Amino acid sequence: MSLNMFIQNFFNALGLGALYGLIAVGYTMVYGILRLINFAHGDIFMLGAYFVFFATIQFKLPWGVGVVIAIIGATVVGLLVDRIAYRPLRAAPRISALISAIGVSFFLENLAVVVFTGMPRAVIQPDWLVSPIKMSEEVSLIPLALIVPFVSFALIGALLWIVYKTKPGLAMRSISHDIETTRLMGVSVDRIIALTFALGSALAALAGIMWALRYPRVEPFMGIFPGFKAFIAAVFGGIGSIPGAMIGGLTLGFVEIMSIAFFPNMSGYKDAFAFILLIVILLVKPTGLMGERMEEKI
Amino acid sequence: MKIRNSILTFLAVAALGYFLWWASLNLDRYMLRIINLIAINAILGLSLNLIYGMAGMFSLGHAGFMAVGAYVSALLIITSDQKVKMWILEPIAPWLMNLHTSFVVSLILAGLAAAFVGWLISLPVLRLGGDYLGIATLGFSEIIRILIVNLTPITNGSLGLKGIPAHTDLWMSYGCLLVALFFMIRLMKSNFGNVLRAVRDDEIAARTMGIDTFRVRVLAFTLGCFGGGVGGALMGNLITTIDPKMFMITQTYSLLMIVVVGGLGSITGSILGSVLVTTMLEWLRFVENPINFGSIQIPGIPGMRMVIFSVLLIAIIIFRREGIMGTREFSWNWFFRKGGVGR
Repeated sequence: MSLNMFIQNFFNALGLGALYGLIAVGYTMVYGILRLINFAHGDIFMLGAYFVFFATIQFKLPWGVGVVIAIIGATVVGLLVDRIAYRPLRAAPRISALISAIGVSFFLENLAVVVFTGMPRAVIQPDWLVSPIKMSEEVSLIPLALIVPFVSFALIGALLWIVYKTKPGLAMRSISHDIETTRLMGVSVDRIIALTFALGSALAALAGIMWALRYPRVEPFMGIFPGFKAFIAAVFGGIGSIPGAMIGGLTLGFVEIMSIAFFPNMSGYKDAFAFILLIVILLVKPTGLMGERMEEKI
Repeated sequence: MKIRNSILTFLAVAALGYFLWWASLNLDRYMLRIINLIAINAILGLSLNLIYGMAGMFSLGHAGFMAVGAYVSALLIITSDQKVKMWILEPIAPWLMNLHTSFVVSLILAGLAAAFVGWLISLPVLRLGGDYLGIATLGFSEIIRILIVNLTPITNGSLGLKGIPAHTDLWMSYGCLLVALFFMIRLMKSNFGNVLRAVRDDEIAARTMGIDTFRVRVLAFTLGCFGGGVGGALMGNLITTIDPKMFMITQTYSLLMIVVVGGLGSITGSILGSVLVTTMLEWLRFVENPINFGSIQIPGIPGMRMVIFSVLLIAIIIFRREGIMGTREFSWNWFFRKGGVGR
């Protein structure tokens, strides 16, 4: 493999991994607090991509405005999902909420088919993002390949600041330890949970926007596989841990891209790697790389 | 009382037989397909209910086991002439070429193959609990699907298999359903049924009582996978074409809907759930077709069917979590108490 090829693959993997990580953070925060796999998260990601597509390409708005619209739109949907489909089930067995989440995911996908039609649409990338820049004699990269990981890491940094340095962040961490005690401390639990969904959805929307730019296509079912893989990344890193989610995402990105780069005839099995990784980690270390041990209470 | 119930059961089966005989002579092919689908979905629902409702293992892998069953059965009954013509991308594996069995044998082998795959998967996966189990089984079901897409010499890859002889008729599907029902009722009335419920309701307590909970769960899971394989095989022989896209996670979702609507852990519930969900899914097709109101034509909306379906699923889980039956069962005694007869 030439140096150029390796660098290209490296940045592809870094970008893909960072995007997985960005989606995984949403899964890990919701699971850390509610013990719920938010199956609809991948579809919020899809909606983010669609919103920016419609704003910029159909309605010709500038990209900056499109991004803001997509973030706001996806956040509103995330909050509605929590309010309508999850909050009534807080006291119910966890499996009920999980089925509700499956229903929501199914609903959003098919709603997208109804509203946007099932036909895949091509995203027109702005020129400056995809015109190659010469790095050295033989290596040239497109700006997008550098921007995606950079923006993702900056966003994770901002999220870590919110979770570890602000009061709502303290409340979030507190809820994930003990929801009832937190309520007794005078924290409005439902509002903090809503905030968690809002943050997760906004990050998913941003991931969706960058995904749509990187792999220039949007379709209603585009969220399913990135969603599953991001959840796997969250489990791999240790569910509930934000740095863990990012590490899981990057691991997955590198495994996927590099295995195909080195063994091109395995490309048909690309989607299986993530699931194999999941099963291996669940068997070897079910709490993930950075997860805490959970004792079963009797 | 016991004799009365046996006679009534016999009469009910006879009535079903009469209905099937009448249906096979009088109804068109579309109606027959729906009636067949009801039975097949009921078998699949029962098998998922055994895993999820009775044994409390949240499995999202049923589509994968159906795929195993459907492919095994189809490969065993398609003739070798057809096989030569069908494998365009790559030639078929030579050992597969002349494998041929009758339909019933292929059904049993389909069930056994799915059960074997399920057993293999269960050994590592059932050590997990709750939603991790769901995700891991979903992962395995996807891996099965990806294998089917890529193992072209055996499965014909993404092209799928076409021209499977339409062996599934009303007698076959309802015969299988009756066998499955009989088996499930006996199973749940046996001591094993009690053990299963104990493991589901409180695993630690069950273990304290000396039950090997892992072994019990593996057994229940394997039995459920057997049902999934047979159901998948019947489905393939009804629709006559199978391809990997048929066995995506959406297939598992509709089965989950059947089990949840009917009531988790209720055999009667799975049957009612299958009748309701199958007919509803067919009936909802009208929203995707153009509708005529006199001179005004409303165009059909693709995807609307599944939107309504998912809204109903969410509504049921929020407003009536226990489904139609809860964990209750139909029995003749209950029937007469309710009807106020024979007190």
